[in-house]
Amino acid sequence: MKRFLYEVTEAWKIAAGQMAANKTRSVLTALGVIIGIVAVTLMGTAINGISAGFDKSMSVIGDDVLYVSQRPWTRMNDWWNYRDRKKIRTEYAEKINHAIAVTPNSNLEVAVPTMSLLRSVKSGDYSVDNVFVLGTTTDYTLISTLDTSEGRFFNEVESRGGAEVCVVGYDVADALFAGRTALDKKILINGHSFRVIGTLSRQGTFLGLFSLDSIVVIPLPAFKKYFSAKSEADVRVKVRDKTHMADARDELTGIMRRLRGLPPEKRDDFNINEQQAFKSTLDGVKATIAIAGLFITGLSLFVGAIGIMNITFVSVKERTKEIGTRKALGARRRTILLQFLIESTALCLVGGLIGLTFAYLMCFGMAAAFPSFPIRFSLGLVIASMIVSVLTGLVSGIAPAWTASRLDPVTALRYE
Amino acid sequence: MNSLHVRPPGPLVIDIENITKEYIMGEEVIHALRGVTLQIHRNEYLAIMGPSGSGKSTLMNMLGCLDTPTSGRYEFNGKDVSEMNGDELAEIRNREIGFVFQTFNLLPRSTSLRNVELPLIYAGVRPEEREERAAAALTAVGLADRLAHKPNELSGGQRQRVAIARALVNHPSIILADEPTGNLDSKTGEEIMTLFETLYQEGNTVILVTHEADVARHARRTVFLRDGIVESDETTVTSARETVEV
Repeated sequence: MKRFLYEVTEAWKIAAGQMAANKTRSVLTALGVIIGIVAVTLMGTAINGISAGFDKSMSVIGDDVLYVSQRPWTRMNDWWNYRDRKKIRTEYAEKINHAIAVTPNSNLEVAVPTMSLLRSVKSGDYSVDNVFVLGTTTDYTLISTLDTSEGRFFNEVESRGGAEVCVVGYDVADALFAGRTALDKKILINGHSFRVIGTLSRQGTFLGLFSLDSIVVIPLPAFKKYFSAKSEADVRVKVRDKTHMADARDELTGIMRRLRGLPPEKRDDFNINEQQAFKSTLDGVKATIAIAGLFITGLSLFVGAIGIMNITFVSVKERTKEIGTRKALGARRRTILLQFLIESTALCLVGGLIGLTFAYLMCFGMAAAFPSFPIRFSLGLVIASMIVSVLTGLVSGIAPAWTASRLDPVTALRYE
Repeated sequence: MNSLHVRPPGPLVIDIENITKEYIMGEEVIHALRGVTLQIHRNEYLAIMGPSGSGKSTLMNMLGCLDTPTSGRYEFNGKDVSEMNGDELAEIRNREIGFVFQTFNLLPRSTSLRNVELPLIYAGVRPEEREERAAAALTAVGLADRLAHKPNELSGGQRQRVAIARALVNHPSIILADEPTGNLDSKTGEEIMTLFETLYQEGNTVILVTHEADVARHARRTVFLRDGIVESDETTVTSARETVEV
C-alpha cells in the first residue's frame, strides 16, 4: 500500500511534467472534457433547480392535507367519468368537523371549505386579469402555508358574516398599488368592492407555470354571494399526523360516503387527493427529464473521453522508447500502467476543475440574469462532477495504459 | 600503469549454460542463439564481440534480463532467471544491472539529477535519499556542476556520463554497456572508455557489447560470437598487457 502511494505520487509528478511539456496539446485535449463537464454540471444544476422548484410548489399543497374534490388531480384521460358527479358542497366541511369532534382519536384535525375562480381585479386605473379568487373561512390559516406580510387574515366574525374584506397576494398588491401600502384600499373583484385588510408574503410560482401571488382571498359567504354560480368547491382536511396518512384517508372516505349517502355497493362519487399522488406523478416526470438530460450531456463528456483516450494512445506510441528505457531500469508493469492512467486522469481532473469553474460562473450569471429560474449549485454536484472527471480519465486511460504496460522491453528499446 | 592491472575475479555472477533463443519471423524460425555457455565473475571486464547477426544483441538482452531464453539455464547470482515473469525480471534489472545504451536513452525533459534518480524511484527509495545518491553518482562521473541540466543542454559525452551515473546509482552487480561509444566522436569515446576503466578498477563488473575491436581492446576478456555460438573466449589481450607490466 505504501509502495502504491509512492508510485502514485511519482506518477503524478510525471503527469504534471508531461502536461507542462505539451501545453497546447493538453489544453486542446482537456477542452473536450471541459465542455463535457460544463454541460453535465449545468444540466445537473438545472435538474436540481427544477427539482427544488417542484418541491417548493409541492409544499404549497401541503403534505398533511387531504383534498376532497369532484375529480382526481392526476388522471385526466377519463374526465367523463367524473363530469356528472354531484358537486362537492362547502357545507361538508362543517359536517366533517362535526364528525371529527365526535370521533375519539380521530386522525383528522380540521376541515376547511374552499371555492375558487379566476376573475379580474381592479383599483382605480389599474387592473389585473386572471386573478385566483379564493373563498374560504378563517380556518384556512390552519391548513395553508400562507403568511401575511402586512395586515391580517380575516377573522371568525368576518368569515361567517361574509364581510366584504380581502387578503391580496403579492402580485396583486404590487400591480394595483405599486410600492404603496394596499391596506384599507378598496379593490373591485369583478365589479364588487372589497376592502384590503392584509397582504400575503411572496410565494413564487407553481411549477413555474403560474404565479401563486396572483391571488385574492375572501370570506366564503361573500364568494358565494357574488361568484358561486360557476365555481367548484373543495374541502381541505388537515391530518393530525402525516405518518398515518392512509388511516386518515380511510376515515375521511368513511365520513364522505356517509355524507353522500352511498350504500355499500356503490363506488365513491368523489375523490380524495393528496400531495403524494401528485408528487409521484411529478417524480416520474422529474426522473425522465433528469435521465434524458444527463444522457444527452453525458454524450459530450463521452466525446471528450474519446479525445483523452486518443491522445493517451498517441503519447504511448511517441514514448515507446521511453517506456522501454523505464522498463530496462526496473519499472514494473503496474508502474507503467499507473503512470499512463494517472496522466489521463490528471488531464481529466484539470479539465473537470476548469469546466466546473466555468459552470459555476455561468450559473452565477444565469442567476443574475433570470432571478426567477431556480438554480442550485450544490457541493454534491461539485463532488459528483469531480468523480465523473476522474472516472472519465480512468476509463479513457485504461486501454492505452494497458497497451503501454504490456510492451516488450526489447521491442520498445529498439523502437525509433 | 596501475590502470591496466587485472584485478582478481570475484564470485560467479552470471552462469549461462547452453541457452538458445528462437524467434519466429513470419514463416521462418530464426535461431539467434544456438547454445551459448558463459560464466562471468564479479569484477570482470568483459567484451562481447561479433558481427551483426551473430546473436550479440540477443545475448545482451539475455544477460540484461530483458528477455528469457527459449531453452537452457541462466542463473544470476545463484537465482534462476530463465523462468521468471516480467515483473520479477524488472526487479532483477532494477537491483542488479546498470544499463548504458548507445543512444543514451535519457528522458529528454528531465534534468540529469532526475534521470539518475529513475532507477531509485523504481526501487522505492525515499525522495531525499534518492536525490543525495543521484547527486553522488553524478559527482563520481565528473558532472557535479551539471545536476540541473537537461540532456539537450549537455554534450554527447556528458549525456553518456549521465547515463553511466544512472547505471551506477543502484550499485548493480553488472554494468551492461551496449556500444557505449557508438554515438560519440573518437576523443569523447576514449574519455568514456577511461571512465569504464576507472569503474572497473573501483571494483565494478563491466560488460561491453560492441563490434569495434578498438573498444573491445579495453576489456580484459573478449567473447567472440558468430552465428549464435561462442567462437572464442580469451583473455589474451589483457595477459599481454599484464606481461608488459610485469
